[in-house]
Amino acid sequence: MSSPAKATPPMIRLVGVHKRFGSQPVLKDINLEINRGEVVVVLGPSGAGKSTLCRTINRLEPIDAGRIEIDGVALPAEGRALARLRADVGIVFQQFNLFAHKTIVQNVALAPVLVRKLGKADARQAAMQLLARVGISDQADKYPAQLSGGQQQRAAIARALAMRPKVMLFDEPTSALDPEMVQEVLDVMTSLVQEGMTMLVVTHEMGFARRAADRVVFMSVGEIVEDSPPDQFFTAPRSDRAKDFLGKILTH
Amino acid sequence: MIELLVDNRDLFLTGFRNTILLFLLAGIGALVVGTLLAAMRVSPVPVLRLLGGGYVNIFRNTPLTLVFFFFAFAYPRLDLLDVSFFTRAVLALIVYTAAFVCEVVRSGINTVDVGQAEASRALGLTFTQTLTTIVVPQAIRSVVPPLTSVLNALLKNTTVAAGFAVAEAGQITPTLSERGASVLIGMVWIAIGFLILVIPLTATQRTLEKRWSVAR
Repeated sequence: MSSPAKATPPMIRLVGVHKRFGSQPVLKDINLEINRGEVVVVLGPSGAGKSTLCRTINRLEPIDAGRIEIDGVALPAEGRALARLRADVGIVFQQFNLFAHKTIVQNVALAPVLVRKLGKADARQAAMQLLARVGISDQADKYPAQLSGGQQQRAAIARALAMRPKVMLFDEPTSALDPEMVQEVLDVMTSLVQEGMTMLVVTHEMGFARRAADRVVFMSVGEIVEDSPPDQFFTAPRSDRAKDFLGKILTH
Repeated sequence: MIELLVDNRDLFLTGFRNTILLFLLAGIGALVVGTLLAAMRVSPVPVLRLLGGGYVNIFRNTPLTLVFFFFAFAYPRLDLLDVSFFTRAVLALIVYTAAFVCEVVRSGINTVDVGQAEASRALGLTFTQTLTTIVVPQAIRSVVPPLTSVLNALLKNTTVAAGFAVAEAGQITPTLSERGASVLIGMVWIAIGFLILVIPLTATQRTLEKRWSVAR
């Protein structure tokens, strides 16, 4: 029992993943492992394939070649098996994507009832607890459009957490927010990190990457160029592309 | 004016009864066929998309009378099931109206942001659950007003069946003139009759719109 890492498979494993849009390659031979409880932040210039990488992990984007495993299980093709696996992988989108015709608490309680077969009252109670945790229980009976961006994104995080996921994916969760609302969303994410959630975060928030990440993965034109601890990445990047990227964002 | 209605009440009653019957049967048929066609047009299977698109292009661009001519004169020669004029009138109306219903439903589905279906699938909902609890309820809202217009047009199009020996409301005036009654007054009554028939349609639209309208 000295090395539990060997006994348990990584939470996420990508092996030789390739993906192209038409003739344009967007992911080129991606190999990545994320262990239980690890927080990996993906950085890189726009068009690097960060979002695509994030979305391949629950097959919102199918891949052309390679293998993806979640908790040791290969990602199934379309159908019920895929739906079951997706239930264990939470994702938070840039545009929130809350269900526009449902109230906030309905948004959170919907999937636990339909997918996990939880009773309606239990699901609502659990949803209210989650909303309290992200600080918006007073918004429970409003519709998404009545909330601010920051509140909507926190509701979206609560909705993903309601499925008790094994891993959470964040696809630029603060990029569509007004600056004053970024922090409230990052605070919720930081509290998840402290609880030991396994997370893959695509973001441009360098402060969050420095503070919360175990590893920083730097991508450029469809490839993983660097994979290192944040201290090392921010102070002594090895590749020219990472140096160039950091030079552009850290000068102002 | 009232005497005309009272004296010829048999005519008005059968006429409007047949109009209502044509409308209800063709309306239900067109909604079902049109929705299936819309599902074909948004499906990931290219052959189905092609078939659905072809159907819409053919029947939306064909005059209704031509569709009726087909069912009145060509259909009997096809050696298919021999059916009454009334049934053939219903079929003609369904075939024609379904093309319009299809386009209305399809445009409704397209108004729903793809992110909604993505979020739903990402939570583990199946294709059917996503369609029935997330996409269709949001699509229906934007579909109600144009769909009411399509059904309204269908109601008026039922009068074309008069030309094909179905005794619906459009058949009333020629019979009135045979009886020597005033055609003008008869037409006024028919217009009033159609207005009365449209009221429940419009009322339904208003109720549904109110029920489904939320801030977004």
